Amino acid sequence: MRRYISAYFEDEENLLRATKDLRDKQFSIQDVLTPFPIHGLDPILGFKRSRIPTVGFIAGAIGCILAFGFQTWVFTIDYPLFIGGKPHFAIPSFIPITFELTVLFAAFGMVFAFLIRSKLGPGANNPIHDERITDDRFMIIVDLDEAGNQDELVKEILLKEEAQEIKVKEIDK
Amino acid sequence: MDHKYTLKRKTQYGILSIAGFGILLLILGYFIESPNRQELWANVLINNLYFLFIALFGGVFLALHKISYAGWYTALKRIPEALTNFLPIGAALMFLIYFGMHDLYHWSHEGLNDPILEGKAAYLNVPFFFARMAVYFIGWIGLTYLLKKNTLNQDANPDLKYHNRGKILAALFMVFFAISSSTMSWDWIMSIDAHWFSTLFGWFIFIGMFVCGIATIILIIAFLKSQGYLEYINKEHIHDMGKYLFAFSIFWMYLWFSQYLLIWYSHIPEETAYFAPRLNDHTVLFFTVLVINFLFPFLALMTRDSKRNLKWLSFVAIIVLIGHWLNVYMLVIPGTIGKTAQIGLIEIGFIALYLGGFLYVVFSSLTKTPLLVKNDPLLEESFHYET
Repeated sequence: MRRYISAYFEDEENLLRATKDLRDKQFSIQDVLTPFPIHGLDPILGFKRSRIPTVGFIAGAIGCILAFGFQTWVFTIDYPLFIGGKPHFAIPSFIPITFELTVLFAAFGMVFAFLIRSKLGPGANNPIHDERITDDRFMIIVDLDEAGNQDELVKEILLKEEAQEIKVKEIDK
Repeated sequence: MDHKYTLKRKTQYGILSIAGFGILLLILGYFIESPNRQELWANVLINNLYFLFIALFGGVFLALHKISYAGWYTALKRIPEALTNFLPIGAALMFLIYFGMHDLYHWSHEGLNDPILEGKAAYLNVPFFFARMAVYFIGWIGLTYLLKKNTLNQDANPDLKYHNRGKILAALFMVFFAISSSTMSWDWIMSIDAHWFSTLFGWFIFIGMFVCGIATIILIIAFLKSQGYLEYINKEHIHDMGKYLFAFSIFWMYLWFSQYLLIWYSHIPEETAYFAPRLNDHTVLFFTVLVINFLFPFLALMTRDSKRNLKWLSFVAIIVLIGHWLNVYMLVIPGTIGKTAQIGLIEIGFIALYLGGFLYVVFSSLTKTPLLVKNDPLLEESFHYET
């Protein structure tokens, strides 16, 4: 069982200030949920640069080589056919499939890397803190156990920025 | 701060010495290489087109962002506006082609006895060619002039009506440009190989223009920033320009290949006649263009950091600009001079002369208006731009 505190904000400016305050005081923010992307939130939360583009590049390169290599093998070694009087090793006709497979591998590679890394997918256990999350308000969830059970201090910071519906919940995870 | 750009003596001498260097090379080249009329006219056409495209892209850039309600570009609006100031000179240079018609466009000869060209004669004839040219330039120069005048009016008067009027002008420009950019490329470039035709040729030329224009704007931003101007242009704006350069280099290759694949695949003589001389007589250049214009920017600008680094981005922009000059060269040369064409003193001389003149026009028009627009409702958004 872990204890979490959640609070709603009606304005993103308040949310930004509260997040910054909590981060400055070393509280562990479990998540910040917003109905739309907020500029400047990522650096305040101290997110590291995503490594998804690297995954995309590697997966795309694999797809590219695989597609080109497979077609080359099929059309020159395994089953050479004369098509339209073109040479067996006809690079221009390989390009569309190579391109498509590069895109496909890059896209799937990134999606699955994301799912695995964020522990999503079938059987994933991600408790919902509130049904109205991402409806039309801004929410902060703070991990109280990590914060050393300083409930009052967290509440004080949240209240200072006009937080509403401050709730403490126990969720097993 | 009034954000007024003053052309330093040093810059001015630099620009004039580029042009002077060009004239010197041309004189040298004229005596050493003794070029014929055709080579001279082909060079005039290549550089006319190249610099005209960059100037014209200034108008496209303004209109495109205006009608898409973009805010981020507002702070750097004066740069594309300055580019369009080259349009009247580009127009005058294009009309010069009248004297070189017969050296460049083989359809303009009398008594050809060619059934294909006779069928196209209703469109491809000299009076109509120049009538269309006049229409294009009236449209482009007129509409970009009105767009520029509109922002100047906005500078003086904080009325929202100028913003709305700008949107109408931009929409008109876009519609006119959409049609004229296609027909312009048929007239001036595709008709060099008058028997050949391609339906996506106009877009191919347009995307080449897009890449050149973006690269030029990046270089002007880099230069002005190194002089201590444009302090409000931050990494986010640079990043977006980098994205443009990256994306449209890919799109350029996409269109190039779409055109090539179908012609290669169907193997019909009247179509392959276009690629055969390019591939067989200019093999090295043919593949160099593809490497410089696609493979290099694709790999060089792939990461986020490379797009946000203005120095690296400027380097890529220079290489891409060279690549697209070679692309225009490859569009014009095989149909005019053919096999014997070489890049020598004359070619470099013409580039330097045109470049000097172009930079002189652009930079002197940058000094005429403040570098930052005023009263634009989207200006504040541009300052706080974040991707």
